[in-house]
Amino acid sequence: MSDALSGLYQQVILDHSKQRSGDRLLERADATRFERNPSCGDEITLQFVLKPGTDIVEEIAWQGNGCSISMASASVLSQLAPGLTVTELQATIDEFRTMLRSKGVGEPDEDVLGDAVVFQGVSKYVMRVKCAMLAWVATEGTMADVATARD
Amino acid sequence: MSLSVAGTATIAPLTEAEVARIRADFPALAEIVNGEPLAYLDSGATAQRPQQVLDAEVDFLKHSNGAVHRGAHTLAGLATEAYESARETVAAFVGADAEEIVWTSNATDALNLVAHGFINATAGRGGAAAQRFVLSPGDEIVVTEAEHHANIVPWQEVAAHTGATLRFVPVDDNGIWTVADAAGVITESTKIVAFSHVSNVTGFIAPVEEVVALAHAAGALVVLDVCQSAPHRTLDLRALDVDFAAFSGHKMLGPTGIGVLYGRKELLNALPPFRTGGSMIETVTMVSSTFMPAPQRFEAGTQPVSQAIALAEAVRYLNAIGLDRIEAREEQLADRLLAGLAEIPGIRVVGPARGVARAGLASFDVDGVHAHDVGQFLDDKGIAVRVGHHCTQPLHRRLGLTATTRASAYVYTTEAEVDRFLAAVAGVRPYFGVSE
Ligand SMILES: Cc1ncc(COP(=O)(O)O)c(C=O)c1O
Repeated sequence: MSDALSGLYQQVILDHSKQRSGDRLLERADATRFERNPSCGDEITLQFVLKPGTDIVEEIAWQGNGCSISMASASVLSQLAPGLTVTELQATIDEFRTMLRSKGVGEPDEDVLGDAVVFQGVSKYVMRVKCAMLAWVATEGTMADVATARD
Repeated sequence: MSLSVAGTATIAPLTEAEVARIRADFPALAEIVNGEPLAYLDSGATAQRPQQVLDAEVDFLKHSNGAVHRGAHTLAGLATEAYESARETVAAFVGADAEEIVWTSNATDALNLVAHGFINATAGRGGAAAQRFVLSPGDEIVVTEAEHHANIVPWQEVAAHTGATLRFVPVDDNGIWTVADAAGVITESTKIVAFSHVSNVTGFIAPVEEVVALAHAAGALVVLDVCQSAPHRTLDLRALDVDFAAFSGHKMLGPTGIGVLYGRKELLNALPPFRTGGSMIETVTMVSSTFMPAPQRFEAGTQPVSQAIALAEAVRYLNAIGLDRIEAREEQLADRLLAGLAEIPGIRVVGPARGVARAGLASFDVDGVHAHDVGQFLDDKGIAVRVGHHCTQPLHRRLGLTATTRASAYVYTTEAEVDRFLAAVAGVRPYFGVSE
């Protein structure tokens, strides 16, 4: 097995892809998005919930179907998001995207990304960046929906 | 192993030694991928090209490049001659006349050309001659659930434009359909029957003659997608009695950007053109225009000339080997694939069971591991396969799968490559920690 492949499929990722956090759908959410990667068919329905009257994330819940990278990154995101403000979460998503697009040379900010740094190995595989971004893009969509609803 | 089919002489498959010699013609096969020699098992998506085909294209560009059918200088003449001679070579390859071969950019483009002919005829273009292509509500277009999107979506467009209804021949849990399944859907209302000769997912070989007979008895025209058969087996479109057929150059050792539409002569000359403009007209006034006969009436604008010429070289290359021997070889490789996959726990192969005729490919699901991850794991070992829905979402939905992994063989595939692939697949579930 190459080092790159072991870097891509870290044990944490494989574990998350099987024992998924946040893998459920809620009765009520502030926003819900369906996101799909048309080239491979991976899909996710993701729900975003704020603590009532605040801009602090209470929960991200989701259900999806896809490869280990897309499912594990949704799982990690749903663990990492609660307690962050909307602004902090957006900054985390931006940092995650920057790391994934770094083609294996970036120095991710562990303080911002927390456990999500395990996806650094994905950046060596251009074709898999979309997999890792699936839930994160869906989350950006739900945050935009929440912002629009407030205007 | 005997490969004799009832009533035909046994054809000797290509030998390993011959395949080894063939491989030397393909520069791409010498690539090292992730530190391993490339095992290219994705020819169903696109084939590699031999040096002869690469050279043919470059030689043309170096010595004879010019605008075809336009102008009187020497290079324009040479280019026109080479371009039309390529058409004759490809026509002979599929049992057709040169006027029955229309150059397109790929099979998808060819299918769209036919589909839009129906749409334009229904809109009143083409006059009385195009009457047979006019569709109306109550008319039906029949495809199978196993089709590539290229042979579904254009027909959905035809239905949306004309009011005709699209109907599907159902497939079973393995993605296979029978003549009886087709007979259950083809009726007096059927005007078009479109299906693939060989499935790009299951490797299923369609009962073409029987379905053509059913369709013609109902008064319908037959459109055959031969993308996965033309590169791999002897094809005689006239003997098959289909009305239209489509294939792509890049799946048969030729370039991208060139495809073929076959149509019976009288049909092509009656079908309204899809794209219009230069090179396809007889007379243009400021009010209206008249069109050339087929095939030129469908070839508007500057054409993929060097690609057509290189495709003819690919045809000569295949002919020199012998399509019958390629088919026999791939039948052996398919059996090796199926036998090997059957030994690996947690693998579900779709398509015909072992022992039933199938093309040289196998698509499968690995229990507990997504196809994308399977493909990544194999790529790490230098093995190139296709993963995903292979442009057949309705089929995958019917099979209860979102994605599969497909290994597809061609004239240069070795037994050792198949064995390397099988050994790697056996390592997939252990690597991803999936227990039985
Ligand atoms: C059965 C079948 N039909 C149609 C196509 C479309 O070919 P192209 O993309 O070259 O137009 C393919 C190729 O993927 C195919 O396998």
